[in-house]
Amino acid sequence: MNNQTKKTLNRILLWIAVLVIVIVVIAPYLWLIISSISNKIDLTSVPLHFFPKEPTFENYKKIFFGGRGVTDAASQFGQCTLNSLIVAFFVTLISMVAGSLAAYGLTRLEFRGRKILGTSIILPQILPPIALIIPLFLIIKGFGLVDTRLSLIITYISFILPLVIRLMMGHFASIPPDIEEAARVDGCTRIGALLRIVLPLSAPGIAATSIFAFIIAWNEFFFALIFASTRTSKTLSVLVEEFSSKFGADFVSMSTAGVLASLPPVLLALIFQRFIVQGLTAGSIKG
Amino acid sequence: MTETVQTDDAWKKKVALFFLEKKNGVAYFLLIPSLILIFGILIYPLFYSFYISLHDYVLTKPGQFPFIGFANYLEALQSNFFLKSVIRTLYFSFVTVGVELILGLAVALVLQQKFVGRGFIRGLVILPWALPTSVNGIMWKWIYNANYGVLNALFLKLGLIDRYQVWLAEPLRALHLVMLANIWKETPVGVLMFLAVLEQIPRELYEAAVVDGANTLKKFWYITLPMLKPMIITLAIIKVIWAIREFDIIYIITRGGPGEGTSVLSYFAYLTSFKFSRMGYGSAIAYLVIVMVLVIGIPYFRYLRRQGVD
Repeated sequence: MNNQTKKTLNRILLWIAVLVIVIVVIAPYLWLIISSISNKIDLTSVPLHFFPKEPTFENYKKIFFGGRGVTDAASQFGQCTLNSLIVAFFVTLISMVAGSLAAYGLTRLEFRGRKILGTSIILPQILPPIALIIPLFLIIKGFGLVDTRLSLIITYISFILPLVIRLMMGHFASIPPDIEEAARVDGCTRIGALLRIVLPLSAPGIAATSIFAFIIAWNEFFFALIFASTRTSKTLSVLVEEFSSKFGADFVSMSTAGVLASLPPVLLALIFQRFIVQGLTAGSIKG
Repeated sequence: MTETVQTDDAWKKKVALFFLEKKNGVAYFLLIPSLILIFGILIYPLFYSFYISLHDYVLTKPGQFPFIGFANYLEALQSNFFLKSVIRTLYFSFVTVGVELILGLAVALVLQQKFVGRGFIRGLVILPWALPTSVNGIMWKWIYNANYGVLNALFLKLGLIDRYQVWLAEPLRALHLVMLANIWKETPVGVLMFLAVLEQIPRELYEAAVVDGANTLKKFWYITLPMLKPMIITLAIIKVIWAIREFDIIYIITRGGPGEGTSVLSYFAYLTSFKFSRMGYGSAIAYLVIVMVLVIGIPYFRYLRRQGVD
């Protein structure tokens, strides 16, 4: 075999490998999308039509605007979307504010108690959620907060805040301390230097971390399953699961809800993939 | 009067200066919000949960909170259900992580090659990771569906089966299918991390190896693999820890069934606490899971410390 044919052969093998990867990554999700634009008859026929004869957006319309034959689950869609948005937004906001300050303190200052805090922010990564959910449930119940959005915001912070601290520590560590030193020589206090110099410089890090935190909060399932039971606080994650278990076999609505619930995190991740890679790296390597 | 006002002002200034400028003061000022939150919703609940685990606390019997020492732990360790869950959890964790790492490495090596559209396809790989676990769960449950599932349709068309199968009816097969769903979702993490490391391997190393007459396999064995080793170890440990805690995918696809065939530890603890209301027993199981995680996690912390990250 000469060099040229060997090269061509390698090329072909590479393309086959890439093709297989793409199919495996996309196929399951594509099937969910196809299911969501099918009608029930096509979807439940044997042999199956792998692509609907007449793709329809009727199911999306039904879920957004209601109409005839809307199931109980579909009618909750709007409210649950709102719940998911509110919870993910406030969890991200509170964790970012508290977490950025703490991360700065942990990266730049030596002080008593640094070790303990540094260790405790790794805890949520190794603790099984159930170990936190049981006591938190009893505490939340004691305060009469079960089935409120507030209960989700509070309990989500228990794992999002430590995550934010870890990620922000990585970003602050990459900013050279000389810049702050210069500002302090010019008469800034430490806090002044943080607010005027460091935070603006870490804007990309703040954006990356916020997006990461938002996706994790939006996708959360276990805590929401325990703490949110009715539409007043139920998140999309939980509602989507109910489509497949509680409300009979409405596979079309279930797929539609699944696609819609996954759109925000999927789009954010595809658009900001670089941020996600940073987040994953810092999240697991730096404990 | 004026004197007290002045000292008052001076004192205020001093306080302000302490929190805005002095090292310890600034540190506490910055950390207080996080400290309160972390203590209130992470550290305190953990201790509280240990305290509960020493009591026979049943939610449906209010007012009764008898101390029973380690009886809950003993009950778990003597329970057949618990021990089977431990074995299932370990099997689930080690097999999924093993497959994820091998697949992740293979995919990363392919996507590291130069080809048209590489950036786009690398971006696409993130998709499974970004899906909410509940969407991932219903998606696979739908694929595995016994009556209308696409897996049945596809296998029938390919002639692999002669009639539709109830895929989730047999415990071990159900467990494997749940693991497959999890592998699909978790593999991208490995791919992206491996790619990040591969990117940083200096080209000169490979060029020098080629000069020395190394072939592709040798380059992989003597350069790529050693460079990836720290990442492989990190991922292996952290992913096993994550897998031991897995709950969502099992709850959604099988509810621990058929029978108890796919019940892992987190699911067992969930059943105990929230279906049978036995909070004390549930907490004890959760603590036993923590012990398991620590056994695996401690080498990880040692490893991190050696790398100088704290």
